[in-house]
Amino acid sequence: MQGGLTRRHFGLLLSTSAAVLAVPAYLRAQGKPKVVVIGGGAGGATAARYIAKDSENAIDVTLIDESAKFTTCFFSNLYLGGYRDFKSITHGYDKLESNYGIKKVTGRAESVDVAAKTVKMADGSTIPYDRLIVSPGIDIVYDSISGYSKEAAEIAPHAWKAGPQTELLKAKLDAIQDGQNIVMVAPPNPYRCPPGPYERVSMMAHALKGKGYKNCKIIVIDPKEKFSKQALFQEGWQKHYQGMVEWYGPSVHGGIKSVDVKSGAVTTDLDTFKGALLNVIPAQKAGAIAAAAGLTDDSGFCPIDASTMRSTKDPNIFIIGDASIAGAMPKSAFSANSQAKVAAMNVRGDLIGSKVFPAKYANTCWSLIETDDGVKVGAQYAPAEGKIAATSTFISQTGEDAALRKSNYEESVGWYSGITADMFG
Amino acid sequence: MRLGNRLVRYQSNCVLRHAPIVQAVIATFLFAGTIGSAIADTTDAGEKLFKVCKACHEIGEGAHNKVGPHLDGIIGRTAGTVSGFNYSKAMLEAGTSGLKWDHENLAKYLERPRDFIAGNRMSYRGMADTKDRETLIAWLGKASSAKAAVDPKALPVAVPISAEARSFTDIVLAQKGDPEYGEYLAGECVTCHQSSGHADGIPSIVGLPADYFVHALFEYKTNVRRNEVMKLRVVNLTNEEIAALAAYFSKLEPK
Ligand SMILES: Cc1cc2nc3c(=O)[nH]c(=O)nc-3n(C[C@H](O)[C@H](O)[C@H](O)COP(=O)(O)OP(=O)(O)OC[C@H]3O[C@@H](n4cnc5c(N)ncnc54)[C@H](O)[C@@H]3O)c2cc1C
Repeated sequence: MQGGLTRRHFGLLLSTSAAVLAVPAYLRAQGKPKVVVIGGGAGGATAARYIAKDSENAIDVTLIDESAKFTTCFFSNLYLGGYRDFKSITHGYDKLESNYGIKKVTGRAESVDVAAKTVKMADGSTIPYDRLIVSPGIDIVYDSISGYSKEAAEIAPHAWKAGPQTELLKAKLDAIQDGQNIVMVAPPNPYRCPPGPYERVSMMAHALKGKGYKNCKIIVIDPKEKFSKQALFQEGWQKHYQGMVEWYGPSVHGGIKSVDVKSGAVTTDLDTFKGALLNVIPAQKAGAIAAAAGLTDDSGFCPIDASTMRSTKDPNIFIIGDASIAGAMPKSAFSANSQAKVAAMNVRGDLIGSKVFPAKYANTCWSLIETDDGVKVGAQYAPAEGKIAATSTFISQTGEDAALRKSNYEESVGWYSGITADMFG
Repeated sequence: MRLGNRLVRYQSNCVLRHAPIVQAVIATFLFAGTIGSAIADTTDAGEKLFKVCKACHEIGEGAHNKVGPHLDGIIGRTAGTVSGFNYSKAMLEAGTSGLKWDHENLAKYLERPRDFIAGNRMSYRGMADTKDRETLIAWLGKASSAKAAVDPKALPVAVPISAEARSFTDIVLAQKGDPEYGEYLAGECVTCHQSSGHADGIPSIVGLPADYFVHALFEYKTNVRRNEVMKLRVVNLTNEEIAALAAYFSKLEPK
């Protein structure tokens, strides 16, 4: 408009703002830009909270998750070890709704119409968006191991998505008698939480040792030749759980052929390993909604722009957390939380023109080996040549003193409180 | 690898597997008292209240200074007198003018630390409940070791700041930190250091004076304070970014 405000325009403005005041809040909200977040976990809950908090109500935020409550995978190993109860790793969305005005929709997102910019829910309803954030975590690729399936997981839990699977694994662990063995099939790369399987081994060993069992073994059949924090875990197993843990890489077992969950057997090229408890952690891919929305590539995960977390396939969609291909960053809750903040900032920049700063990412993963024996690994990341690359890293060392290991554990407890407050308010 | 080789490695493992467990020292007693928060809690009420202090303070025999001074023998101690701890000017002045941590003063301090000694650096909102304060103070007395290390007649002594630390802090603070940029950068900090100022295992940094904030980061950078996570974060921050963070956090209030 060239001529500035005429009287008539002024009058119009006045009457519209009077009308705005008369309109109920829920209708007025329709005028605001809309953000929909699929997945209320480490990435999604953080993104929703940061967009709502930092836009001070200028953006309408809807958070979709199929569950009413979220159980964290992080610290679920400590639940297995008896350090935490299930309630303490389960969180509600009530504060996100009451303190930040986020609308929580409990239901499954089925597909995305990227042209119409709507999310279709399993109940048939549709939810429109201006920007969509997709943080569905991983899906288990059941058929990556012959003999394994969704049904088989009810006997041999993967417990790689937290919830009933985690409780099932714990019940089976609690039922182990002295002299019985546990067999774990570790996952191939890439998977969520690289040190996770080995922390789990430590926590299961801790639980058995705590009962005074002297003749139980945990046998790990690994498709990888090496794993995260390997020297630290192996030192810890030797120190705390001597004779209890056996780990076999492919150069020893020759390849995993199949599992038979009924008899608790894992057949490899070399031998068949049997356990009273079988924990099978298969290969993983981005949560199904990512593929349904056409956001994945051949790897099963989603390519993103390293400086924004924006999908390279659709400029209105951001993908964060485990589902994204985030270069050197491991798939962790810390990473997802960090990526969420970059995506949130860019979404606000897109929709309300707020300032966008250069992306920075961070990760730290703590693992507990035995009571007061915590280790950590971490890195700082930045976009470089189209990928997220590490700018500096550190890792705990073998042979560290007990005081440092104890403070690592205390730090991890502080981190858990911190990140869950950062996600859920 | 050829099967023959694999067999050798596997069999040598099998030997281990079937060997009698000689060194099975089963330390079941390790369980008691060390189990995390949510499991059947038999902890003393005072000790429970101390959980929010623990991120920064140690107590009992051999307690060290952490982010806060150790509290062994706190009851009756003169303010600002733990040796080697770098107190704020405000706390040193309180000690010099004779403030003693008797029950009454501790209770007042714990209620609203930032009101009782303005300018002190404890990032803690305060404990509103009178009974909780009493319980905690009683426990602090009980938890102190018999030969608590601090002489009640000691006088506060300032720990001199190194010239390098001083000049780093001055250089950083010479730039006016942008709190908006600080807020974005703080996203990285608040994954662990809660923006509410609550602390369970990781110290609160909410409301820290800018000068102290920068000085503390310098100490992480130079290994005076040892923490790999913090060091990693700090070495990746420019002076401008540190100034922005200091500007942002110094304006926050613990909730
Ligand atoms: C045993 C274990 C231990 C771990 N320990 C740690 C640790 O110590 N530190 C760490 O940083 N990380 C840890 N992790 C990894 C961490 O849990 C994940 O990396 C993190 O949760 C990823 O966040 P996300 O947002 O991508 O996915 P998630 O947190 O899994 O959230 C995804 C959410 O989306 C929902 N969802 C998916 N699809 C749909 C749909 N179509 N409709 C509606 N809702 C949907 C799911 O219900 C879920 O709630 C651990 C993982 C495991 C398995």
